[in-house]
Amino acid sequence: MQKIGVFVCWCGSNIAATVDVKAVANALRSEPGVVFSTEYQYMCSENGQNLIKDTIRDYKLDGIVICSCSPRMHEATFRKTALAAGLNPYMVEIANIREQVSWIHKDMTEATDKAIVLGRAAIAKVKKNAPLTAGTSPVTKRALVIGGGIAGIQTALDVADAGYEVDIVEKSPTIGGRMAQLDKTFPTLDCAACILTPKMVEANQHENINLLTYSEVESVSGFVGSFKAKIRKKARFVDEVKCTGCGVCTEKCPSRKGLNEFNMGLNTRGAVYIPFAQAVPNKAVIDASNCIHFRTGKCGICEKNCSAGAIKFDQQDEIIERDYGAIVVATGFKPIDASAFDEYAYNQSKDVVTSLEFERLMNAAGPTKGTLLRPSDGEHPHEIVFIQCVGSRCSRDASKGKEYCSKICCMYTAKHAMLVREKYPDTKVHVFYIDVRTPGKNFDEFYRRAVEQYGVDYIKGMVGKVTVEGKKLRVQGSDLISNEQVHIDADMVVLATAIEPDPTARSIGTMLTASMDTNDFFTEAHPKLRPVESPTAGIFLSGVCQGPKDIPETVSQAGAAASKVIGLLSKNELVGNPCVAHANELLCNGCSQCERVCPYGAITYVEKEVRGPEFRGTKRVAVVNEAVCQGCGACTVTCPSTAMDLKGFSNNQIMAEVDAICR
Amino acid sequence: MTYSYYPGCTLKTKAKGLDRFGRLSAEALGVQLEEIENWQCCGAVYPQASDEIATKLSAIRALDAAKGKGQKLLTLCSACHHVIKRVNHDMQTDANLRQKANNYLQLETPYLGEAEVVHYLEMLRDEVGFDNLRKAVKNPLKGVKIAAYYGCLLLRPSGVMAFDDPECPRIIEDFVTAIGATPVIYSQRNECCGGYMALEDKPAAQKRVDAILKSAKDAGAELIITACPLCMYNLDANATANVLPVKYFTELLYQALGLEGKEGE
Repeated sequence: MQKIGVFVCWCGSNIAATVDVKAVANALRSEPGVVFSTEYQYMCSENGQNLIKDTIRDYKLDGIVICSCSPRMHEATFRKTALAAGLNPYMVEIANIREQVSWIHKDMTEATDKAIVLGRAAIAKVKKNAPLTAGTSPVTKRALVIGGGIAGIQTALDVADAGYEVDIVEKSPTIGGRMAQLDKTFPTLDCAACILTPKMVEANQHENINLLTYSEVESVSGFVGSFKAKIRKKARFVDEVKCTGCGVCTEKCPSRKGLNEFNMGLNTRGAVYIPFAQAVPNKAVIDASNCIHFRTGKCGICEKNCSAGAIKFDQQDEIIERDYGAIVVATGFKPIDASAFDEYAYNQSKDVVTSLEFERLMNAAGPTKGTLLRPSDGEHPHEIVFIQCVGSRCSRDASKGKEYCSKICCMYTAKHAMLVREKYPDTKVHVFYIDVRTPGKNFDEFYRRAVEQYGVDYIKGMVGKVTVEGKKLRVQGSDLISNEQVHIDADMVVLATAIEPDPTARSIGTMLTASMDTNDFFTEAHPKLRPVESPTAGIFLSGVCQGPKDIPETVSQAGAAASKVIGLLSKNELVGNPCVAHANELLCNGCSQCERVCPYGAITYVEKEVRGPEFRGTKRVAVVNEAVCQGCGACTVTCPSTAMDLKGFSNNQIMAEVDAICR
Repeated sequence: MTYSYYPGCTLKTKAKGLDRFGRLSAEALGVQLEEIENWQCCGAVYPQASDEIATKLSAIRALDAAKGKGQKLLTLCSACHHVIKRVNHDMQTDANLRQKANNYLQLETPYLGEAEVVHYLEMLRDEVGFDNLRKAVKNPLKGVKIAAYYGCLLLRPSGVMAFDDPECPRIIEDFVTAIGATPVIYSQRNECCGGYMALEDKPAAQKRVDAILKSAKDAGAELIITACPLCMYNLDANATANVLPVKYFTELLYQALGLEGKEGE
């Protein structure tokens, strides 16, 4: 007879306030096989763990059941406890009586009964557990960073400085991301380019960093420590080695139809272009859709004018395959499309711009060389209205917009308002806001400076409508403090549009099997305690791909992600998960259904000599690669002949649990 | 597809054109409209008082008639559409009204909000499809710059009406494109025309009408179209200067389908 110990945790009042923990311990004590049962205030504390260890030794237990929180929280903790007391860590079962009982029930009798039932199920299962030993797998000491904005650059630099190789894959022709587009940065007003470009250059020159710009990750296979990625390096039609970045081709190009992405489409660029003066790498790229040569076969002016002979119209996409130990997602964000918000006349007037467009209009490297001019007629605006929360904090049932706060808009709007007042003191500036949210170091001081020193007119209330009245934009809003309707005839309106994850995030999330929330932000492994890790092992999160963040926060998180990557890459091998699938060759009928459903490609079929009581000979059977199998169980439920089973979660064990619950 | 059709009083009196062009165009597009028998006036104004039952009964009778035939209820007048759609929503969500209305009506089977209310424009978009409409157009209104005037009744409250985005609607603009004309976007297209104040405070209504017409004219429109008889009357009769002609959208549909002069007028 096996000897099972049961440990019921109070979790302070988290469990004990709703579940009668003593009654649970008493009820489970009379289960067959249970030789010890007790409750304790905090089972995960040192004292609690010592209680478990001592009992394992004293009673020579074969298995233990902990009735506590979700196994996601403390399964690893209690497995280590068991191991320390000489018990195989896979002889531990958790009955989740917190998330699945005390937190969701109110009635104590009902909750206690349910806790007892779940405890019984865990006891029934642990009696059928077998000791398992985890294998090990090697760690490839190289990291892949997807996205070359400030988040990706910072993570890559930190990992590279620790001595590991890093590849940055960036879909556009240059690294730098959104930060490169900004003019000044809050709360210190230092110029974005001045603090970012040295980092871009450092990333380019770092011996451990390899930049793959104008490239996209096509597929990823493998698992933590041993990922295999296929990266498509798109044809630039320019030889990166030969191009010196002199820019002659970009000046000579006769096609001027391509919208300048860097300037948010406020002006145009040539078909051959360098995104901006400080681009890294500083190499030209040809946009084939606007290139006269690609459309008509003629032209070729860039080729004739390139003294380096770098133009390569016949260049092809290149596929690079590489192994990585860790992958960092740093895919960033984009502002939402403002054209859905026609109440602000974004579609009707060029003088209604988004904040990022305004950023380019204020930037010395922007389309107006930093002079603030109305896009419609090039005149200087004398009255500007900023509207906050455009598409942020929308109600759940609204047909458009986001429910969340985009977090950065209050601060950048205060910055814009302040910069306008400083540069053009004759300009009146109004800001409509719902709330001003400035919780950050020196943030509220910054906002108050805009109000108190720069005389920016902050109006609490939202704008209902912007109408085009000749050259003016009539802004109709409400002032909730004076309870009045406000009408302002403005020359420009700036919309603080919400930010959303980059559109490529969803496909990358699917590729990496990294979970995302309904807004397409990547989900962290734990919202408080594991904020830079994806629940998928080996995938780390850096920057806005995880949720709205400003630059200081992004850089901190990027560093945190890097430290997690370094921690992983510093190991020579990883202990695997022994709860993997296993095929019973005697029962396998070679149907291949498991191979088809396996999301990890862990199952292959081989012709094999099989010997059993009823069969002897060669047959086609499934074989599981235990290093690749993640133990998801898809094959076990698919197998029509019950040949597939999952170690630690065998059909046998699950049925025992069900029986115990239904008893 | 056959719909139960609720024309409403105005379409039998002041707005005969809206009705006639609508019927003839539907026929040409292969959509059958079966007028509900013995329909009653919807009341034209949705009663805001939550304990108001009697004024909602005529709408419920029309809805029940459509339900009885297993058809969708098609409306054309913005005001009727607004009232009937909102009353149907009340019947779906307000148990108190459901019980009291059914107690009063004593129908064979109680009406519980089963019918679906569809506006003529929604029928064009979702049933016919604007792509198919474009193919059916024989006389495209090329080059005509048309300002779509939505008014308030079709769009709001947006959660209940579920007609289009209340701030950035496009259904009438898509219709205008489908009949070969050019839609003009202008800021007043979804603002109230003040029609309900036309008798009580005429200057207020005039101010609204002038603002709408000026906004459309400044944006380059040659013509305004609407689906609402009250907006039509107000934009036409209460403008201080008639700067733009106002027409029902069904009239242009009828022209574009090449039906003009085909019947013995």
